[in-house]
Amino acid sequence: MTAPAKLENAEKYRFNSPLWRDKSLASHAFAEMRALTAQVSERTGKTVNIMEVCGTHTMAIASSGMRKLFPPGLKMLSGPGCPVCVTSQGDIDRILSLAALPEVTLATFGDMLKVKGSGGFDLNHLREKGADILVVYSPLDALAFARSNPLRQVVFAGVGFETTAPLIAASVLRARKEKIKNFSVIALFKLVPPALKLLLSDPQNNISGFLLPGHVSAIIGVEPYRFVARGHKVPCVITGFEPLDILAGINMLLRQLARGRAEVEDEYYRAVKKSGNPTAIKLMAKVFSPADASWRAIGRVKKSGLVLSPEFSGFDAVRRFKIAYREAPEPRGCLCGAILMGRSIPPDCKLFAKACNPSSAVGPCMVSSEGACAAWFKYGG
Amino acid sequence: MRKNLPEKITLAHGSGGRLTRELIELLFLRNFSNPALARLEDSAEVALGRERAAFTTDSYVVSPLEFPGADIGRIAVCGTVNDLAVKGARPLAISAGFIIEEGFNALRLSKIVRSMKAAAAEAGTPIVTGDTKVVEKGHADGLFINTSGIGLIPRGVNLSCKKIKPGDAVIVSGTLGDHGIAVMNARNSLGFSSAIRSDGAPLNAMLAGVLRAAPGGVRLMRDLTRGGLATALCEISDASGLSVEIDETVVPVATATGNACRMLGLDPLYVANEGKAVIFAAAADAAGILSSLRKNKYGRKAVVAGRVVREAKPQVRLNTAIGGSRIILPLEGEQLPRIC
Repeated sequence: MTAPAKLENAEKYRFNSPLWRDKSLASHAFAEMRALTAQVSERTGKTVNIMEVCGTHTMAIASSGMRKLFPPGLKMLSGPGCPVCVTSQGDIDRILSLAALPEVTLATFGDMLKVKGSGGFDLNHLREKGADILVVYSPLDALAFARSNPLRQVVFAGVGFETTAPLIAASVLRARKEKIKNFSVIALFKLVPPALKLLLSDPQNNISGFLLPGHVSAIIGVEPYRFVARGHKVPCVITGFEPLDILAGINMLLRQLARGRAEVEDEYYRAVKKSGNPTAIKLMAKVFSPADASWRAIGRVKKSGLVLSPEFSGFDAVRRFKIAYREAPEPRGCLCGAILMGRSIPPDCKLFAKACNPSSAVGPCMVSSEGACAAWFKYGG
Repeated sequence: MRKNLPEKITLAHGSGGRLTRELIELLFLRNFSNPALARLEDSAEVALGRERAAFTTDSYVVSPLEFPGADIGRIAVCGTVNDLAVKGARPLAISAGFIIEEGFNALRLSKIVRSMKAAAAEAGTPIVTGDTKVVEKGHADGLFINTSGIGLIPRGVNLSCKKIKPGDAVIVSGTLGDHGIAVMNARNSLGFSSAIRSDGAPLNAMLAGVLRAAPGGVRLMRDLTRGGLATALCEISDASGLSVEIDETVVPVATATGNACRMLGLDPLYVANEGKAVIFAAAADAAGILSSLRKNKYGRKAVVAGRVVREAKPQVRLNTAIGGSRIILPLEGEQLPRIC
C-alpha cells in the first residue's frame, strides 16, 4: 500500500490502528523532517530546539526509539509537563506530613509513592512504618474508600494538570452531595499555560517551538495558548501521543518555522476541540480557583495553580489538618529544575544513572512514569 | 562491592524484578548455597539415581482470588507445571499447601479446589500430597496456596542459558500481558473489556511438542510470569553474555490488553503472564517449533519475536515499529499506574 493510501486508512481508524506506528509512514515523516530542519537551519542559522511540554510525550519519544532518528540539527527538550516532577519539595513534604498522621489514609496515584521529601524518605518508607496509603486509579476509588471506612480520614493527593483536576472536582462535588465528611483533597494542581509563560519569560530560553500536550488541550482547548504564538512569536502544535502523531506534530512546527509563521495548530484534532471540554472546564471552575503555586526549582508562580474555592474549603486537607508550607531546598546536585525548564537534558546531570536511578532516585524526574530522567534511563537516549 | 541486605522488605522485593533478584542473591543464595540453586532456573535439577528430576515450588497470593479466565487454584497448578515443563521435564506429581483465613467461605474454597482438579487433569499431573493450615482472621488475605512439583527430565534434554548462541531465534508462544491486566482489571474494577482474560494454562503438552519438533535445537525455555518477557530476556542476556533483540511489530499483544496498557501507562512487555513461554532455539529449527506450537491451543499466536546477537556489551533491545530502537531493562519494582 502506498503511503497516502495508508494515511486514508489511518483516518478511518482514528483512535486505534497499527498505522499510527507504521514504519513506511514514519520513514516518509523522517525524510520530510530532515528536509524541513535543513530549511529552518538555513533560515535561522541555529539548531532547532523543540520542547515537548508533556511528560507523556517525553515517554512516547523515548519508548518509540525515535530520538536516534531525528536529524542532527533538531533537538527535543523535555518540558515541565510531568506533574510529579513540578511539585515543589515543600509540597511533597506536606503530602508526606499528611500521610504520617495516624487518622489519615492518603489516597494517591502510584507515581507519587517513590518521590522523596526533604527528609530523604518517600511514601513507601512511611507505608513500611505503618502509614495507611491507598494507591488508586481514580479519585472516585478514594471516595468509595472513604464511604465504606467512615472512621478514616481519606486525603487525596491532588497532583496533576488540567487533565486530572476535573476528575477531582467531580469527586469533591460527589462528596458534598453525599455528605461524605471524611474525604478531603490537598490541591496542588498546576496549569499548563502559565508554565509556558514562565518558560518564555526566561531570557535564556532557547525554545523554537512547542509540542503542546494533547490531553490537557482536550480539556482546555486551543485558545489558552494564543499568547504564545501571538505575543511571543513561538509556534505551537497540539499533538497526540502515537509515534506518528509526534512526527507529524514536529513537522508541522518545522513548516511554521521554515515559513516564519507562529500559530497554534492542532495535530490531535481527533481528540481536541477548539473550545476544549466544556463540562470539564465548568467542573474545574466550580470547585477550584486559580492561585499562586510553588514549582520545583522555580518557586512561586502567579496564578499558575488551582486550589479549592472558598465554597469548598471544607474539603481542603491543608486547612482540615493545619499543615504549614515550608520552602525546602532541592536535593544537592539534582538537575530536575533545569531539566524541567528545558535548559538541560538528563545525561547532563552528574547524578544521572549513578547516585540517581529508579530504585534510589534523588529527584522526581527519575521517579515519575513521565519524568524525563526516567525516560532516558529506561529506554536509553 | 558487597551489597548489604535492605533494612526492611518492601513490596518491590516480591515484584519479580531486579529487587527480588537482589534479595535472592543477598539472602537465599548466600545461605542455602548449592550448585542446583545457584542456577536460579524455574526449577532445580536433582539427581534421582541415574535419572534427573526437576523440582520446583511457588506460592500464590493473588488478589482477587477469581478473575476472568482463571482463579488462584488454576494458576497455582499451572504455574508449577509450567516451571517443570520449561526445563523440558515431564511433570510427575504436585503438592498443594493451603493457608486459609478463618471465616473463608467453604463453597468458594470448594470452587477453587475444583478448578485445581480440572487444571491438574488437563496437565495430566496428579496432586498427590498437601497441607492445610487455618490462620486467625486478619492474618492472611483469604487464601494463599503453595504448590511444589516434581518432574522427570528425559535423557538427552539439557536446556540452559549457556547453550544459547548468536543467531538463535527467540520464540514467544502467544499474546503478552493478558494475565496481569485481567487481574488488575478485576482487582480495581477498572472497567476494561471483559475480553481481557488471564492466560493461565498448563503448557507441558505444548512444550513437550516443541522438544519433539526440534530435538537438540532447543537451547532454553522460560515461562513468562511476573516481570514479563522483558525481565526474562534481561536475565537470559545476563546469564548468557549475549544480546537479545526483539521486534515490536512482531511481539504479540491482544488489542484489548494493549489498549488497557496504554491507558494505564504500562508496558505489556513487563506485565505478568501465566500461560506463556519464551523459547530460544537454533534458527534452523524455528519453523518446525512454530508449527508445533501453533497446533496447540495455547500456542496459536506463537511467533519468532527476535534473535540473539553477540555484542561487546550485552543488552536487550527492542526494534520499534517506526524503525527506531531502544533498550529494555528488567522490571525495577512494582508496576505503578500513572497520573495522566
